[in-house]
Amino acid sequence: MNESLSQIFIATLLTNNFVLAMFLGLCPFLGVSGRLGTALPMGIATTFVMLVASLCAYGLNLLLSAFHLDFLRLISYIVVIASSVQLVEMVMKKYSPALFRALGIYLPLITTNCAVLGVALFQTARDYDFAQSLTFSLGGGAGFTLALVLMASLRERLQLANVPTLVQGTALSLILAGLLSLTFMGFAGLGGGE
Amino acid sequence: MSLKKEADEGITFDTFMEGVWRQNPVFVMVLGMCPTLAVTVSAVNAVSMGVATLFVLVSSCLLVSLIRNLVPKEVRIATYIVIIATFVTLVDYIIQAVSLSLYEALGAFIQLIVVNCIILGRAEAHASKNPPLKAVINAMGMGIGFTIGLLALGATREILGAGKLFGFSLFGEHFQPWVVMVLPPGGFFVLGGWLLLFSHMRSRSEKGAAHE
Repeated sequence: MNESLSQIFIATLLTNNFVLAMFLGLCPFLGVSGRLGTALPMGIATTFVMLVASLCAYGLNLLLSAFHLDFLRLISYIVVIASSVQLVEMVMKKYSPALFRALGIYLPLITTNCAVLGVALFQTARDYDFAQSLTFSLGGGAGFTLALVLMASLRERLQLANVPTLVQGTALSLILAGLLSLTFMGFAGLGGGE
Repeated sequence: MSLKKEADEGITFDTFMEGVWRQNPVFVMVLGMCPTLAVTVSAVNAVSMGVATLFVLVSSCLLVSLIRNLVPKEVRIATYIVIIATFVTLVDYIIQAVSLSLYEALGAFIQLIVVNCIILGRAEAHASKNPPLKAVINAMGMGIGFTIGLLALGATREILGAGKLFGFSLFGEHFQPWVVMVLPPGGFFVLGGWLLLFSHMRSRSEKGAAHE
C-alpha cells in the first residue's frame, strides 16, 4: 500500500469514482440530482461530512485496535457519522435556511449515505496512514460532487427534451448514470497503477 | 390492550406480499441501490447479499418492535442504527467464518448493509408502530422482495456478462461475453432495463383496465 497522495486523489476522483465505479452514495445521487442549484451544496456538505468522518474514523481505529475492540468498529463509525451530520445540519440551518429547506430530507440522510461510511471502512481496510486517509476522503468527496453536478446538468437539459413517457423517471436517470459511468471508465489507467 | 389485539388481527397475506410485490424495494421503491448494483455481478453474490440483508432486516425489525414503547421519540433513529449495526457486525463475522471467498467477493458491502435505506426505513415506518409478529412478517416480505430483485439483476448480469448462471456455463465456449454488463455501467443499464420492463407492464395493464 505505497500509493502516493496524488495517485489516491486521482483514483478516487476519476478512475474509482465513488458513485460511478463503486456504487456508493446512489440514493442522494438519484434523489438530489434534479437541479444544479441543490446538487452542488449537497456535494459540498457531503464532502465535509466525509472529511470529518474520515478524521474521526482514523483516530477511532487507532484507539479500537489498541484495545482490541475491532468488533465495535462499525458501531462507533456510524455514531461518529451521525453526529457530524447533525453538526452540518445545525450549521446550515443557522447560516443558510433556504438551502436547508431545499435539501430537505436528504440532509439527515447523509447519515445513511454509503459513501461516507464507505470512506471510513475502505481507509481502514487499506491501512491508509493519516495523510492518505485525508486525501482519500477529499478525493472521494470531490468525486461525489463531480458526479452529482454532472448528473444534475444532464437532467436539467433533459427536462427540455422530448422523452417517451415510458422511459421518464428513474429508468432514464439510471440509463444516464450508466452512460456517465461508461465515460468514466475511459479514465482507467490514469494515475499510474491498478 | 384492545388496540394491540386489533393490530395483531390486522395481519393479512398482504402484510407479507407488500414487500415481495406491490412495494418491492428494488423495482418499485428503488431503495438500497448501492448494494443492489455493487454486488450483483453474479447470481451467487446477489443471493448471499439478499439473504444477509434479510437476516439483518428481520432481526432488527423484531428487536425494534419489541422495544418500541421503551425508546424515547427523540433518540429513536440513533437507537435503530445501533441495533442494526450490531446485527450487521454479527452477519459480518458469520460470513467470514462460513466462507472466506464469499467474504472477499462481497467486501465492504457486508458492513455497508448498515446504511441500507430499506432496513432503517422499515424500522422507522413499520416496526416501530406494529407488534412483533406483524413486523417480522412484513420485514420477511421486504427481505424476500429485495432478494428476488437482487437475483433478477445478478442473474441477468451474469448471463449477459459471463454467459453463466450460478457458475455454470450456458452457451458453450463460442459465447462472446458482453463484458460491460459485469462492469459498473452494466449495473445501471440492467436495472434501468428492468425498470423499463416494469413500467411497460404497468402502463399496459392500466390501458387494459381503461378499455374494459
